[in-house]
Amino acid sequence: MAIFLTKESKVIVQGMTGSEGQKHTRRMLASGTNIVGGVNPRKAGQSVDFDGTEIPVFGGVAEAIEATGADVTVIFVPEKFTKAAVVEAIDAEIPLAVVITEGIAVHDTASFWAYAGQKGNKTRIIGPNCPGLITPGQSNAGIIPADITKPGRIGLVSKSGTLTYQMMYELRDLGFSSCVGIGGDPIIGTTHIDALAAFEADPDTDLIVVIGEIGGDAEERAADFIKANVTKPVVGYVAGFTAPEGKTMGHAGAIVSGSSGTAQAKKEALEAAGVKVGKTPSETARLARETLAAA
Amino acid sequence: MDLFEYQARDLFAKHGVPVLAGEVIDTPEAAREVTERLGGRAVVKAQVKTGGRGKAGGVKLASDPDDAVAKAGAILGMDIKGHTVHRVMLAETADIAEEYYVSFLLDRTNRTFLAMASVEGGVEIEEVAATNPEALARIPVDAIEGVTEEKARQIVEAARFPAEIADQVVDVLQRLWTVFIAEDALLVEVNPLVKTGEGRVIALDGKVSLDANAEFRQPDHAALEDKAAANPLEAAAKERGLNYVKLDGGTVGIIGNGAGLVMSTLDVVAYAGEKHGGVKPANFLDIGGGASAEVMANGLEIILGDPEVRSVFVNVFGGITACDAVANGIVQALALLRTKGEDVNKPLVVRLDGNNAELGRKILTDADHPLVEQVDTMDGAADRAAELAAK
Repeated sequence: MAIFLTKESKVIVQGMTGSEGQKHTRRMLASGTNIVGGVNPRKAGQSVDFDGTEIPVFGGVAEAIEATGADVTVIFVPEKFTKAAVVEAIDAEIPLAVVITEGIAVHDTASFWAYAGQKGNKTRIIGPNCPGLITPGQSNAGIIPADITKPGRIGLVSKSGTLTYQMMYELRDLGFSSCVGIGGDPIIGTTHIDALAAFEADPDTDLIVVIGEIGGDAEERAADFIKANVTKPVVGYVAGFTAPEGKTMGHAGAIVSGSSGTAQAKKEALEAAGVKVGKTPSETARLARETLAAA
Repeated sequence: MDLFEYQARDLFAKHGVPVLAGEVIDTPEAAREVTERLGGRAVVKAQVKTGGRGKAGGVKLASDPDDAVAKAGAILGMDIKGHTVHRVMLAETADIAEEYYVSFLLDRTNRTFLAMASVEGGVEIEEVAATNPEALARIPVDAIEGVTEEKARQIVEAARFPAEIADQVVDVLQRLWTVFIAEDALLVEVNPLVKTGEGRVIALDGKVSLDANAEFRQPDHAALEDKAAANPLEAAAKERGLNYVKLDGGTVGIIGNGAGLVMSTLDVVAYAGEKHGGVKPANFLDIGGGASAEVMANGLEIILGDPEVRSVFVNVFGGITACDAVANGIVQALALLRTKGEDVNKPLVVRLDGNNAELGRKILTDADHPLVEQVDTMDGAADRAAELAAK
């Protein structure tokens, strides 16, 4: 088992024929992902050769689903066209849409998020501006390097891509059930809470690592959720203690506004919910290791 | 990007929101002609991106053109909460009967937009929210449906605007929503929205914040940026497409890949710095996943150009980019800077981990650059960089 993505997942790539799309489709294929098609209306009917594997290109998401039974789409289309791509995925009722593209205008994200709700939330959206998710040894939907770690029993959910990689690396000998990068934009689809709920229900996850950063109140709400609903041990890390007020730190959503969104408040909220919070990524990994050994 | 009041006023006017006539100037003498144009009297308002300027003496009524010159002279150059006043707006005077508050903003928690409105305007809205929360109506706005006439009426009723101006406020709200959508705003706030003695509703002061991610479809927004106020290092970094934020009082220059990892690096350096007399990070710099030699050279150049920096910590996790490519990037960057005649004389502590880390470390060891030192762990490298900065 795992969350959101397994070896059964049939993955299509919207924007597969672009440079980023091609590069990462090749990497996803190399890590064993079952990629069944790409989408590009201008190249429908063609196919792309990835080191001997021919991947067909479809004119639309609905058409790709009909032909292949795809249940996951990974979206690499440029920011100008991302909203339309996500709306198309929602219309086709694909169960999971992973939006890798960064730099999307927040009005566009708000709009496709509202649209997903209008359509009954049949499509889980991960991202935007995220590295995607990986279930080591089974499938990889996005840009997370597949060779950092192996299958194991730790679940990871993080706003940050490189901190995801760092944590996977620190605990590489133990391995992970699934690692989900939810992205650092002001509005995102899948939240810490969604991933926590899924890991809590996943019989193959024994411990959950939650990585947060400054901005918004997602970590505080995750803490409330953990207190009320999570029985598995949770270890946390929060980045951005030294971030000055009012400055965006790389991620569009990583900003302390006035006294809200600080790392200190998030750390305290998580600790109040019984989460062990590390001061550094390495200390967090050590806490995870100790907690898992004691469990 | 937060705008000045006069820029917000211009955007309001562009979308038909009722505003008063006003002009922005940067010398006292220019106040005379503008005040004459405005009918002989004017309100002189400091243009600073912070609240509380009225209390600080940054808003004055000028009774004639000479007075306007004097008042502008007093306000220009004033310091308001650390912001120097470089411009003042001269605005038409208004006969204010009542003051209200309206805004549209991004509601991150609920992943939608929010309208806020109150008939208790003209004061800090945080104060109203804290002391009299019932007086501040909060109405969610669906991102697809937006502010229809019906939605605007709902906001007007929830905030209990007086009946005689309800239609005007409904109209203003719809126009402000147009500003919010058409300009890709994260915040559109009017405080105060006033009713004049004659019963007209006017946006007297406004605050607008724009989404930098929408620049691809907002070609006019780049011109709204306050380039003069930017830190020179931040401006230079932006020109090179680097994601850089200068931090006050720090001495360890930071380069890393990925926003989260770099934020974490700053924290780890500050934490390690406690043992070395309170050494702090000097900047945030995310060179992104690629970390090519050219980007590395650009980043190093900016950081070495910061006179406060005493040591540099390069913290890279090789994910998509392998560490050998990053190590080559560092070696080439140092060579590139030398050929450009840059004086590279600050120690670099490098930590490489992840994809091909051993190969990357070997490249740096073989290059044997006198200023480059390698430490294998992030915590250890942060400690060493802080120690070097404290020397």
